[in-house]
Amino acid sequence: MREAAVVSQPNPLQRIPGVAIVLGALIVLFGAIAPGFLTPANLSNVLVQSTILTMLALPMTLIIMTEGLDLSMGAVLTLTSLCVAIVSLATKSMLLGLGAGVLVGAAFGTVNGWLVAILGIPPFVATLGTLGMAQGLSLIVSDGQSVVGIPHSVRDIYSATLLGIPVPIVIALVTYAAFHGLLYHTRFGSYVFALGGNREALRYAGLSPNKLLIAVYAIGGTMAGIAGLLMTARMNSGHPTAGLGLEFDAIAAVAVGGTSFERGNGWLLGTLLGVIAVGVLRNGLNLISLPSSVQVASVGVLVIVALFLDGLRSRT
Amino acid sequence: MTDITKETLSPPRSFLSQDAIQLFYRLLAVFLICAVLAVLNDSFLSLGNILNVLRQASLTFFIASGLTLVVLTAGLDLSVGANVALSACVAGTVIHTTGSPVLGILTGLACGGVVGLLNGIMVTALRIPSFIATYGMLWVLNGLTYWYMAGETLHGFPAGFRQIGSGYLFGLPIPVYLLLVFLGIGTVFAQRTIWGQEIYAIGANPVAARLSGIPVTRRLLLVYAVSGTMAGLASIIFLSRLNSAEADIGESLTLPAIAAVLIGGTSLFGGVGTVFGTFIGALILTLVLNGMNLLSVSANWQPLVTGIIVILAVWLDMKTRRRAQ
Repeated sequence: MREAAVVSQPNPLQRIPGVAIVLGALIVLFGAIAPGFLTPANLSNVLVQSTILTMLALPMTLIIMTEGLDLSMGAVLTLTSLCVAIVSLATKSMLLGLGAGVLVGAAFGTVNGWLVAILGIPPFVATLGTLGMAQGLSLIVSDGQSVVGIPHSVRDIYSATLLGIPVPIVIALVTYAAFHGLLYHTRFGSYVFALGGNREALRYAGLSPNKLLIAVYAIGGTMAGIAGLLMTARMNSGHPTAGLGLEFDAIAAVAVGGTSFERGNGWLLGTLLGVIAVGVLRNGLNLISLPSSVQVASVGVLVIVALFLDGLRSRT
Repeated sequence: MTDITKETLSPPRSFLSQDAIQLFYRLLAVFLICAVLAVLNDSFLSLGNILNVLRQASLTFFIASGLTLVVLTAGLDLSVGANVALSACVAGTVIHTTGSPVLGILTGLACGGVVGLLNGIMVTALRIPSFIATYGMLWVLNGLTYWYMAGETLHGFPAGFRQIGSGYLFGLPIPVYLLLVFLGIGTVFAQRTIWGQEIYAIGANPVAARLSGIPVTRRLLLVYAVSGTMAGLASIIFLSRLNSAEADIGESLTLPAIAAVLIGGTSLFGGVGTVFGTFIGALILTLVLNGMNLLSVSANWQPLVTGIIVILAVWLDMKTRRRAQ
């Protein structure tokens, strides 16, 4: 198992250029053309706004490493954000809200994993189905309306600082450290590498690939639950379309970050830089007064280009 | 993946007996849903409601029929809904500025077709997996459409143009005639032409198809372009029926179209399925949604039910195929 992990670890020298060049080019570009881009306040803003995406993109990296995909993440985040809003509104307790969000998220993640691993449904269709289900449940629990009047304890999470660092950034850093430890320093991590590259080896080692796969998707759902709390805190409300399309930004970050869609190897630091690249792209386009529609379209182009390059690399 | 070889050994036509059984089950489902709805609600069997169901099903069918060809090649086109929205907005603008519905219709079809062709290029030349390439395209189109419309709504189209979506001929809505025409064309194309058979062969086993001299790239380009053009056609029907176009009209169209294809028995793994099955699939889905509507279930429940239906349809398909072997 250890060997499998070592073999499929990407060569950093080969990887760093790709995502670093994209990120560097975007920073130089917007530094030159977008007024106010390179101010400390704006850069810190980019990082704070990237936290929710980080929470989705890190587990998405693991899922894509297993040659899977989770299209339901944005919709599940919408649902968990509504759960956080509704429960914290009813109980006045941030923790109970978070608990509800995490529970619903983990349930959806487990269902995704079950559909993919046990029923063998292709991940993109299974999670497209659960996307519809989460979207539907969001409309049903909210009746299509925003949930307002969130307690202060929830709101404060997004605006508070810890030792001068905004709390969302602290949460993102802790999450990154946890994922890094999980993927590169635990046995579970090397199993995740094996899930993408060598499932047979897991079977020969007496492990159940299905259970591991369910766990990977469940982690994704759980993270969407935690991110739901941040989303509710950020918007100061629960909104039935809050997470619309966020899974796509997450896929974009993973693709730009150099995780391969075809070879089952992943690179978490690349994903983190990819998240920042997507954040910089959106922020920069916003600063030069291009509407969010153009931002959405350019993230789409970014993904297609990244995947094309990934395909080129995997063929050489 | 392992069952691919088995399918290539026998051409699609020899599946006829098994296909016939599958079709029988689906027609039975249509009948049962109708019976249940007729018992539960008096207005279900009214002429107005039946025509409404057919008209609604025709819209899903137009999108889903082109998508069927894509799925037959073991691909997927997630951009169809967004393509409908962009094509409708472009066609609507052309009709408004030139005053010519014909020019508008042609532009709408061309817009859909070009988007489809771009999908095909991404899948063939750039070798990006179809579901992720068309998913990227979805967001590109979404962004373009919102940017192009800038929050505006186009409405008020010439009366002649509006006949396409809302007019009647001998008591039947015009979209129903179009449905029959495209059902016929689609079935003949897939079942009775060499190109159609080649599409089945590509879906069953792309490598064998290439080795036996089928121009795989060109056929795939064709399939994606057809899927896009059918989305363009759907956009015209949509435009003329609603008499308006907005950037967000496509958001609720993709999942039902995929559901119709999968309920209709077309396999996600390629090589198995028919356009007629997709028509039945569109009918079943529309009946379910129409029934919920008649029983005054809130429209908020529709995505949830459609999502469950998609998963159930894939699961049943995989189960029956496994048993058939």
